Amino acid sequence: MGSYISAFIVGGIICVIGQLLMDGTKLTPAHVLVLFVTSGVILTALGIYEPVVKIGGAGATIPLPGFGYSLAKGAIEGVKKDGLLGAFIGGVQATSGGITAAVVFGYLMAILFNAKTKP
Amino acid sequence: MQKKKQTVQNKKYQQYVEKNSPKPDYFRNCIWAFLVGGLISTIGQFIHNQIEKRMGLSHLDATNATILVMIFIGALLTGIGVYDVIGKKAGAGSIVPITGFANSIVSPAMEFKREGFIFGVASKMFILAGPVLVYGITSSVIVGVIYYFIK
Amino acid sequence: MAIKRMGSQTVKLLNPPAIISASSIVGPKEGQGPLASYFDKILQDDMFGEDSWEKAESKMMKEAVRGAVDKVDLKIPDINYLLGGDLLNQLMSTSFAARDLQIPFYGLYGACSTMAEALGLAAMLVDGGFADRCIATTSSHFSSAERQFRFPLELGNQRALTSQWTVTGSGAALVANNNEGPYITHITTGKVIDYGIVDANNMGAAMAPAAADTIGRHFDDTSQLPEDYDLIITGDLGRYGRDIASDLLKTKGYEVVKNFTDCGIEIFDWKKQDTHAGGSGCGCSAVVFCGYLFKQLREMKLNKILLVSTGALFSPTSAQQGESIPCIAHAVTIESKKMN
Repeated sequence: MGSYISAFIVGGIICVIGQLLMDGTKLTPAHVLVLFVTSGVILTALGIYEPVVKIGGAGATIPLPGFGYSLAKGAIEGVKKDGLLGAFIGGVQATSGGITAAVVFGYLMAILFNAKTKP
Repeated sequence: MQKKKQTVQNKKYQQYVEKNSPKPDYFRNCIWAFLVGGLISTIGQFIHNQIEKRMGLSHLDATNATILVMIFIGALLTGIGVYDVIGKKAGAGSIVPITGFANSIVSPAMEFKREGFIFGVASKMFILAGPVLVYGITSSVIVGVIYYFIK
Repeated sequence: MAIKRMGSQTVKLLNPPAIISASSIVGPKEGQGPLASYFDKILQDDMFGEDSWEKAESKMMKEAVRGAVDKVDLKIPDINYLLGGDLLNQLMSTSFAARDLQIPFYGLYGACSTMAEALGLAAMLVDGGFADRCIATTSSHFSSAERQFRFPLELGNQRALTSQWTVTGSGAALVANNNEGPYITHITTGKVIDYGIVDANNMGAAMAPAAADTIGRHFDDTSQLPEDYDLIITGDLGRYGRDIASDLLKTKGYEVVKNFTDCGIEIFDWKKQDTHAGGSGCGCSAVVFCGYLFKQLREMKLNKILLVSTGALFSPTSAQQGESIPCIAHAVTIESKKMN
């Protein structure tokens, strides 16, 4: 049960930061997504995001900084294993499932459904 | 983007507009973002726990499988036209989770179907998600390279 | 000075042309708004039986033009000129409608100011003796405008409080030298005004200075006062833009409060319909004029109005390059009786 509560709180807080950025500045959702992925990468590199993932579980990996976390972690692991080449392989390798799923499911849904006007 | 020289009149007007524009309801928006973002994360945690328990996957594999499932859910909800309704209330609560990333891929892909399957669906798919991949992947490579040199 | 000119930006039509007929067609959401009973046709489905929103918009315009012509038992070949425009790239809806209608065509782009621009030019053509009958028409469509200027429809984003809702609809007015009013008596052509607003979600604030400039100029040129009008109605400033425009007019020495409103405010119930600042788009002032205002003038419930359609002349490219939004407003005086 504890894992659910901490996921809820950590995930919620990350989203609130995003909301404050969108309301307080002129940033669009696209800016916020880019900012969050990049900060996920940087925070992981600095060793700050790892503890957040330990506490928050899915609350830290489901929001977009979690995508940055996987990328950065993959790149670092890659370097450990394959040297410099690993920096180029590791990140995408670690996130390949998510990227492929987004492309394939995205394409599939676009074929199956049509956009409707806003109510 | 260079800042052009503004006349005094323009500056005054912009300040006036800034002062008189309606301000978003920060408190209510943040509550919504917190609740919906927290809920999506909790659903993710539930899926994660189930996958780990039932399929006997390692923690990391279970995390990746969870992201797959969440992307599928986000894509499906976009397809059936529900995600934009959630997003109207939840704001960042449904934009920031990975389901929002799926939404940013499916929504333009669906919308530009009439422009064809190559230049419409397949190319417009990345108008919002493309930048995320570009900056995410590039920064991770930079991190990897720096790590290589300071290791 | 040319005999029909007054002041710096206004013309007086010596033989005021009449608007002999007007027709309007709107989408489902506008059909739930406070002006619903004034529109000629309300669509149940915003695709209008077509396979794209752009084609649906074009079809609405065709229907509106045919409607205006049919109402006075005329035929399409009786029309000398079609003047019109819309918001889409290269005037897609209007060009496609003009292709099917086969009326000699002048395509106009004034963004959301196009309706007053078209009405003014049609009146000048008729008054100048160059035409017997002209159609002035514009259209806009929420879904086609949204995908061109903003985000995909299914994207889960939040709309800014100052943002406006593009009206789905088209209106057409038939201008002719005839004896049955209302009549177009004065036209004030606006200048492009830019106070440096860059936020495309706050069009009201961007366009308000242009509206105030044109309205103030109109009063200066014609030596009239706001009280001379039953109604001064802007195109699509929305709630916040209307307040700014009335403040700006006060600094010019004109008090417009009671008889000053905006088509974008009138067309939706912003509280119930969640349209934030109000309606916008080329179709906004077109349907409010051709639906509501025209009937009020015909029935003499309004005797003299100033229609001031307002347009934001930005493009998605200029917005992305961080340019500010140039704006324009055109004013047309419409009176129910001929005053000579």
